[in-house]
Amino acid sequence: MRAATRSTRSRLRPARLAPRDVLGLGAVGLRARRARVVLSALGIAIGIATMVAVVGLSQSSKADLMARLDRLGTNLLTVEAGEDPLGGGLKLPKSAVAMVERIGPVQHATATGSVDARIRRSDVVPQERTAGVTAQAARTDLLAALNARVAEGTWLDGAGERLPVTVLGSVAARRLGVTEPGEKIMMDDRYVVVIGVLAPVELVPTLDRVALIGFPAAQKYFRFDGRPSMVFERSPDAAVEDVRAVLARTVSPGAEGSVKVSRPSDALAAKAATDKGLTTLMLGLGAVALLVGGVGVANTMVVSVLERRQEIGLRRAIGATRNAVRLQFLTESLLLSALGGATGAALGAAATFGFALVQGWTAVVPPWSVAAGFGATLLIGVLAGLYPAARAARLHPTVALNAT
Amino acid sequence: MRPPAPASVPEPTPGPDPTPTLASDPTPPPVVELRDVIKSYAGDVHALRGVSLTVRAGELLAIVGPSGSGKSTVLNVIGTLDAPTAGTVRVAGYDVSRMSDAQLSALRARHIGFVFQHFHLAAGRDALDNVADGLLYGGVPRKERRDRARAALERVRLGHRVGHRPAELSGGEKQRVAIARALVGEPDLVLADEPTGALDTASGEVVMDLLRELNAAGTTVCVITHDHEIAGSLPRRVRFRDGVIAADSRTREGKPV
Repeated sequence: MRAATRSTRSRLRPARLAPRDVLGLGAVGLRARRARVVLSALGIAIGIATMVAVVGLSQSSKADLMARLDRLGTNLLTVEAGEDPLGGGLKLPKSAVAMVERIGPVQHATATGSVDARIRRSDVVPQERTAGVTAQAARTDLLAALNARVAEGTWLDGAGERLPVTVLGSVAARRLGVTEPGEKIMMDDRYVVVIGVLAPVELVPTLDRVALIGFPAAQKYFRFDGRPSMVFERSPDAAVEDVRAVLARTVSPGAEGSVKVSRPSDALAAKAATDKGLTTLMLGLGAVALLVGGVGVANTMVVSVLERRQEIGLRRAIGATRNAVRLQFLTESLLLSALGGATGAALGAAATFGFALVQGWTAVVPPWSVAAGFGATLLIGVLAGLYPAARAARLHPTVALNAT
Repeated sequence: MRPPAPASVPEPTPGPDPTPTLASDPTPPPVVELRDVIKSYAGDVHALRGVSLTVRAGELLAIVGPSGSGKSTVLNVIGTLDAPTAGTVRVAGYDVSRMSDAQLSALRARHIGFVFQHFHLAAGRDALDNVADGLLYGGVPRKERRDRARAALERVRLGHRVGHRPAELSGGEKQRVAIARALVGEPDLVLADEPTGALDTASGEVVMDLLRELNAAGTTVCVITHDHEIAGSLPRRVRFRDGVIAADSRTREGKPV
């Protein structure tokens, strides 16, 4: 009886699949072929892992640099004496520090001066072999101005700066083979006692390669004229540029062209920028890996459609529309690449954390990089699935059912 | 009920808009109406050369004939899996030729159940999931699909095999799962294409008994079969030869006329 009345009824309309059913359909094919799923998801995973790790590492290294800059301060300016036309080192006026201190915003000013003394480990070492360590006179407030610290021993104090004692930079100590304070090295023909070794000075790495002695001692024992060759100055962040503008003129009036004013933190910041090229290259490699992974997914899907023609035929017989079949295979492709994407993102993040741990950095995995990587996989999943899904949907039900 | 109608004579009732059947009318409404159906393929291959057939609600008929006689094609046409080259096809009251592919899919989802010779069960999924899939495209919610699938499996006496995968079932059991999948949507029409073709005699009998039970409960059932014994045991037999109906015979009360 039902059949006869139906012709007057409204037209048939296919039911919509619930989202959960769509996901379930997409997973059916994946569950049945696990090895293949793992292998083709791996391609995507490698691409995403590369991209997430590259971004994570470059961000971590940048964050580390920023943290260091933060700690060291970006408000340090240095004034260096230039060279005379013959290539000899010039010196700044004796009054340079006092004049810099007179610039309004300056909080801190100090200096070092080149001392013409050859440094050797002992008198058995010929004078010509100086181990690449130079002597510098240092004011006692140098350490505070540079945010540097002594790794071992002590720093020059009021008494020490008058005595033939030295504090070595970290590299200098290594080159001279000084392992602990108390040992002696030779400056010209005089033994001086090493009272301390500095930790690496991050803002002014040249200080790692020097032996520092007090201004008075340098003048007394090593014919030092007391004229600084480098002045260090700190001022509030906001005033740095103002101070910079007048610094050369203040230190060396009339000859401001011969002095070089620089901001050591700029050099550190520049280091961050130089890594950019490599990051871009690695990102490109990751993108290629991702692309290859996408081709792998497409290939897997084409094979899957070919193998499952009977299933497609059956689904058409039990009422699946072409759209439902298309949706099923698109979902499968999407799930497949999402699986790879999620694995890849996790791997990339893990690699970032591992490498950061080794480097002593704080790991930074920007959420946008994970989101972008995952978004890329979804896009790839759709693109890779479009053609196989269209093929599946186009299959004629009876042909599909009778496929072998 | 009715004297057997010669195959060449067009059925009287069907029209573009059949009048609703009155309660007093003893003739059940048609579920399948084929009128002058031709199906040909490229290269002058004619699978059906003008077939007219009416199957009324509640009928149980066998479609028999040698290979290549067109019986599979006619089943595909009735099942809306294949469109005829010419002629009209009405299934469950719908004029199939005027329907889109999506509408035909919906028609199959709600009104037609299929049983195939090779079962076509999903290997990785248990009997319940396989049967529940029969309702998937009819818009039935998941919970209800599973409940009805369980009931359908009970109906084919496989209540104890609900969680078994096809690999863990015998051939006969697989076909019973497939029958459960066909009947779970309570279709008006069940089309069975050689349902016993891959089974031993005992399993085949169980399957045929189930189809008879299904028919007794009101569902129209068309069975393609090679087996003369099975064909002979069904109330109506339509014999195909060379793309036309060669004979259409009925048995009264289960005995040959």
